[in-house]
Formats: sequence, C-alpha cells, structure tokens
Amino acid sequence: MLKINNLIVSYGNIKALQGVSLEVKEGEIVTLIGANGAGKTTLLKTISGLIAPVSGTIYYSKNEKNSSLNHMAPHEIVRLGVSQVPEGRMVFANLSVAENLDLGAFLRRDAREVRESLDKAFQLFPRLKERVTQNAGTLSGGEQQMLAIARALMAKPKLLLMDEPSLGLAPILVKEIFETIRKINQEGLSILLVEQNAHLALQLAHRAYVLETGKIVLEGPARELAMNEEVKKAYLGA
Amino acid sequence: MQFLQQLINGISWGSIYALIALGYTMVYGVLRLINFAHGDIYMLGAMFGYYVAVFLGVAEHASGVRVLSVVLISMLGCGLIGVGIERFCYRPLRKAPRLAALMTAVGVSLLLENGGQLIFGADPKFFPPLIHTREIFRFHEIVLNNIQLMIFAVSLLLMFLLHWIVMKTRMGKAMRAVSFSHDAAGLVGIPVNRVISFTFFLGSLLAAAAGILVSLSNPKVEPLMGIMPGLKAFVAAVLGGIGNMMGAMIGGLIMGISEVLVSGYISSTYRDAFAFFILIFILLYKPSGLLGKTGPEKL
Ligand SMILES: Nc1ncnc2c1ncn2[C@@H]1O[C@H](COP(=O)(O)OP(=O)(O)O)[C@@H](O)[C@H]1O
Ligand SMILES: [Mg+2]
Repeated sequence: MLKINNLIVSYGNIKALQGVSLEVKEGEIVTLIGANGAGKTTLLKTISGLIAPVSGTIYYSKNEKNSSLNHMAPHEIVRLGVSQVPEGRMVFANLSVAENLDLGAFLRRDAREVRESLDKAFQLFPRLKERVTQNAGTLSGGEQQMLAIARALMAKPKLLLMDEPSLGLAPILVKEIFETIRKINQEGLSILLVEQNAHLALQLAHRAYVLETGKIVLEGPARELAMNEEVKKAYLGA
Repeated sequence: MQFLQQLINGISWGSIYALIALGYTMVYGVLRLINFAHGDIYMLGAMFGYYVAVFLGVAEHASGVRVLSVVLISMLGCGLIGVGIERFCYRPLRKAPRLAALMTAVGVSLLLENGGQLIFGADPKFFPPLIHTREIFRFHEIVLNNIQLMIFAVSLLLMFLLHWIVMKTRMGKAMRAVSFSHDAAGLVGIPVNRVISFTFFLGSLLAAAAGILVSLSNPKVEPLMGIMPGLKAFVAAVLGGIGNMMGAMIGGLIMGISEVLVSGYISSTYRDAFAFFILIFILLYKPSGLLGKTGPEKL
C-alpha cells in the first residue's frame, strides 16, 4: 500500500533521513519507533508532501493503482487517501470543533456521506460531540488529540499516518487512544504509527521499524522486536 | 453642529479605510506578509473604473446596468491582478526569508505606481459622475448627501458579505485554517495555494470597490492616489490588530473619524501626519493592536 525506497531528506546540510526504506501493507498497523531527533517526524512530513526529499521514491497503491507521491502537494496526497495526524495535534485552535471536522472533509463533496462520517466520528469520540461549538484551542490535550484523529478520519483515508499520538497525555488517555487506533484498524484502515512509547506501540502493531539518526537499524514483526535485547535496552527501559 | 458634520465625513472616509485595511489584514493572516502593493490596487480600481466608464459612455447615458458594470468589471480586474501579484511575485519567495517578500512587496508597489504613470499618464483624470450628488438630509448646517450614504452602505454591505464568507463558507473556514498553519491546513486536504489566491482576490475586490466609491465624491484619479489611503489603511489594520478582521473595520473607522477631527479642529496640515502619529503610538504601547491576538475573530 505504501512503499518507500531509499529516502534521503535534508535540512540544509543536516541529513535527517539517510536512505530510509519502509513498507506498509494493506490492513497493517506498522510502528516506527526511535528516540527524539531520529527523523520520525521528518519521514511522515515527507510522505505527506510537506517536505521534498533529496532523493528516493514514495509509492502508494490503492485498488491496484500505483502512484508516486513524490512532487505531489499535501492536499493531493490526502485526496489519494493518505491522511496524517500531525505531531503536536495541530488542531485549528481558532476554529470550533465542528469547523475543524468540516475542514477535515474539505475535499469531499457528498454532503450525506460527510454527515455519516461525522456521526461515526462522534461515535468514536462522544466527548467531541459535547464540545462541537467550542473553540478547539480551549480543549484539553486529550480532547485535542481526539479531534486531530477525528479530523483526519473525516477525509475517509485508506492509510493514516500518526505522529506520536500519546505525547503528553495521561496514561489512561493513552490507552483510550490506542484502543481507538486498534478499532479503526479493524475497520480496514492501514496505519503507520510513529511513537516514542515503544512499549504500547509494539503491543499494538503488526510490524515495526526502529529508526536511529536517520537510518532504519531494525525491522520485523512487532512481537519479535519487543523481545529483542537491544530494543529492550534502548526503548523499553529493561 | 460642526462636530456632527465632521463625524459624517469621518465615517465616510473611515469606511473606505476599513475596506482597504481588510485586504492588508487578510493577506497578513494567510501569509504573514504586509502587502505594500495593496494601496495601489485601490488606485487601479479607480483607474479601471474610469476607463470602463469612459468606454461604456456612462457619463453620456448613465444607467443602472452600466454603473454596475463599471463597478463589477473594475473589481474583477483588480481581483485578477491581486491574484497575479501573489502568484508571480510572492509565491516564488514563500520559503525565502520574510524580508525578501517584504522588499518585493515594496517593489511591486513602486512598479504599479510608476508603471501606472507610464501607462495611464501622470496627469489626473476626472472620473465621470456615475451618480449625481444629491442632498438626502439637512439639519441646520449638517448635510448628508447620497454619495456619503452610499459609501457607508456599500462598505457595510461588503463587510457583511466578507464576514459571511469567512465565517460560514468552507472556503472561509479554510482561510482561517491556513492563517493558523499552512502545514496543518495542507494535511487535512486544503489546497493552500488556492486559498491564498482566493484571499488576494477578495482583498483586491474590496480595495477596488473602495477606489470607485472614493471616485464618486473625489473624481480626480491619478496613479499615485493609492499611496496615502494605502498607508492610512495599513495603519488602521495595525491599530485594530493586524490579522484581525473586526480590528481592521474598527481601526478604519477610528482613522477616518480622528483624521477628519484633527483637520477640522487642529489644522488640516496635520491630517496626514496624524496617521503616522497613531502608528508610532500603537507600535510603542500596544503593538498587538486594539483587538490584538485575543480578538474574537482572529482570521
Ligand atoms: N525544520 C528543521 N530545520 C532544521 N533541522 C530540523 C528541522 N526539523 C527537524 N530537524 C532536525 O532533523 C532531525 C530529525 O528531526 P525529527 O524528524 O523532528 O525527529 P523526531 O520526530 O524523530 O524526533 C533532528 O536532528 C532535528 O534537529
Ligand atoms: Mg517528532
């Protein structure tokens, strides 16, 4: 579904990604773990078209149709079915919850279907429904994260990129968010989950990659990586 | 008595400043750029209006349809020029340091002013009277004429329309989203460049409308006529809190009224200087402007 080959990305002369290859298959949850500054956000931003890579390819396929995401504008990538829940949530603080969700469906025209997606989003996060008229900036961190996820789902993506959804949340909320991720995955959404919370991410994901200073150093089934001695030492605090 | 008359004149000018200030503030909202060429769009509105009016022979046979055509064609022309300026002058510099874009804006402004003198000629032209001045209301020495009323009414109507677009339509919501963050907007599927073009289009429409409205009562139009109103509208936008639409409207009215009062009660020599006094004062004591960042409708 998503296939990245030898991706190199740099900020000026700092090389943030030094030849990353990675794959997400249909229906999978793939997690990418790595320390602060490893290049995780850079990778997701590049997939979404916010940063242009120096070299390497990003292919996305849906219904047998293969398209290169290189050189595409962010909104065109969303139109193809790849949405992102960005780091730090980035909800439109100056807009209401309802407006945030409506903008999530910016590229969709069928009002009835959008309405259905909205109902589904409220089913997933009933708390958002109680706050529809509130400005997103006044929500708590957990609620903002829910809104960011719901907003991304409003585009009806096939692949969801998530950048540290657990960041800064209380453990109980983190569990709730991870439960939601499992649920939307079971409904058919493929997910690339970036996390520093390796413990939970490895429990949830099917496969995993470990990124260290711009390079993939380990990959494999999540359960195996969770047993790996190096991973345990570096990321699971064991 | 005289005060009331001043107030009427001030509100009339104030609505003009408000219309122009909205363009500054909207563009600042989505690009964090002071579009110094914006005052010249106002001039182009008046210029286009003049040429279209002459071409259609409005002075000889005025009719509602012709007057409306003059207004709409000029507004549309300015809208497209505004979009073109962003597309070809500002967009290539989107990722460059802020100062580069700012200097470019000054450059575009000079280009429009000097290019205007080259193309239209430096001599003033006289805008044909689209509407004949009529007194609507007189009480002792206070006079309200139809053009003043119209300036106020049309400005108000346009501002309501703009408010509706920005608050209620999806494109308006997208404008607010883009002004929050280009990246976040792009990630939800908003075509950021198209939204920015739309913003320039709207802002330029309003500036052109202002140019034509002014020409109804001050028929002398020339290529440098945008400089002063442009600067004052810029001050109005800063006064209201740049990026804040409600602030731009209030700032415009305050500028218009205070300037008329200054020239009426102190001396008309200080009329233009007063705008700069306000600018300096605001920048020193409340750089975020009256409605600042916490205003209710931060674009
Ligand atoms: N806008 C930027 N300009 C320059 N360097 C950056 C920028 N963003 C990130 N970096 C650098 O790129 C590297 C990877 O950052 P990032 O992708 O944010 O890592 P992560 O998400 O894994 O914490 C870091 O060394 C960071 O300092
Ligand atoms: Mg990060």
